[in-house]
Amino acid sequence: MYARRPIEPLLWLFFSAGGVMAALFFPAILFLFGIAFPLGWLAPPNYDHLLAVVSHPLTRLVLLGVCSLSLFHWAHRFRYTLYDGLQIKHLNESINAICYGGAVLGTLTAAYLLWKVP
Amino acid sequence: MSDHITLHVARYRPEKASETTFDAFELPCPKEWVVLDGLNHIKDRMDGTLSYRWSCRMGICGSCGMLVNGEPKLACATFLSDYAPGPVRVEPLRNFPVIRDLVVEMGDFMSKLTRIKPWIVRQVEKPLSDGEYRQTPGELDEYKQFSMCINCMLCYSACPIYGLDPHFIGPAAIALAQRYNLDSRDEGAAERMQILSEHDGIWGCTFVGECTKVCPKHVDPAGAIQRYKLQSAVEWVKAFVLPRAAQ
Repeated sequence: MYARRPIEPLLWLFFSAGGVMAALFFPAILFLFGIAFPLGWLAPPNYDHLLAVVSHPLTRLVLLGVCSLSLFHWAHRFRYTLYDGLQIKHLNESINAICYGGAVLGTLTAAYLLWKVP
Repeated sequence: MSDHITLHVARYRPEKASETTFDAFELPCPKEWVVLDGLNHIKDRMDGTLSYRWSCRMGICGSCGMLVNGEPKLACATFLSDYAPGPVRVEPLRNFPVIRDLVVEMGDFMSKLTRIKPWIVRQVEKPLSDGEYRQTPGELDEYKQFSMCINCMLCYSACPIYGLDPHFIGPAAIALAQRYNLDSRDEGAAERMQILSEHDGIWGCTFVGECTKVCPKHVDPAGAIQRYKLQSAVEWVKAFVLPRAAQ
C-alpha cells in the first residue's frame, strides 16, 4: 500500500508531534529561564532543586522526547525548505542524510547528556 | 473616489507574438462593478478580441478565475472599487499553460480530479427497489464544507508546490477526495488512499496554506490535506503494529 514511500507517514508523525512539543514547551522554558528568572519576576529554583527535578527518570524521558521530536520537526521542515526554497531536489539523498541524520545525532547527544545527569 | 480605473490586461496571442504583453484600458468604475464587468465592457465596446472564460457571474461556475494584481481571484467576485484608484493588473492563472489572453489549459487539473474517483463508490450497489441511501443532517455536515468546491483552480494557481512540481495532485483534488471519504454512503476511502498516499498525493504538500487563503468558497483544502495526512499516518502505524489486521 505504501510501497513507494514507506517512511513518509512516520516522518510526518514525528514532524507533527515535534511541532506540538516545540510550541508547547519551548515558549514556557524560554520565558522562565530566559526572561522571568533573570529579570527577577519569579524566584528562580536553586541548583539542587532543579537537579533533583531533572534527575527524575520521568523528567529525563520528557526532555528527551521534547528535544528529539523538535529536532525531527526541524529536519522535516528544513528538508522541504531546501527542496523547494533552494530548488535542489536532485540532492535528495544528501539532504535527507543531513537533515534526518542531524536529528538522530542530536537525539543521541541529548540522550547522552540526560544520561550523564547525576 | 475617481470614477475611472485603468486595467492592465495580459494579452497572449500565439499567432501574433510568442510573448505575453499588457494592454491598458481605461474603464468607468461604478462601485458595483466587478473585474468581470470591466472585462465584459472591454470585450463589448473596446476590443472584441479579448479572450477569457466566464459563465454564471455569481461565484458558482468557477470559470472566471484569474490573477488580479497577482492574487488568484474570481473575476466575478472581485470589486474594481476595492482597487481604486488603480491601475489593476489582470493576468491568467499562474501555474497553468496559457492558451490565449486570460484562458488557461486545464487538462491537467481535469485528469487529476478524475484520478481520485470523485463519485460515490459502493462495493455492492443495492437494488433500486431498496430505496435511496439515507443520510442524517449530521452525516451531511461531515463533508458539506468540502463539497462546496467549484473547481475554479484558484488553489492550484496559489499553490507553490504545484508550481514547482506539476505531478503534485493538488489541493482541490485532495479536498474532493475527502468530500467523498467523509460521505456516509461512500465505501471508496481505501481506493482513494492508495492514490493519495503516494508522494505525488498528500505527502507532496508542505502546508503552505495558500490554497485555503484564496479559496472563494471557504473549502479549506489545506485542512483537508492535513486531516488526510493524519489518517494515513495512523493507518501506517496500525499496519505496523497489527500487520495482519490491516490486510
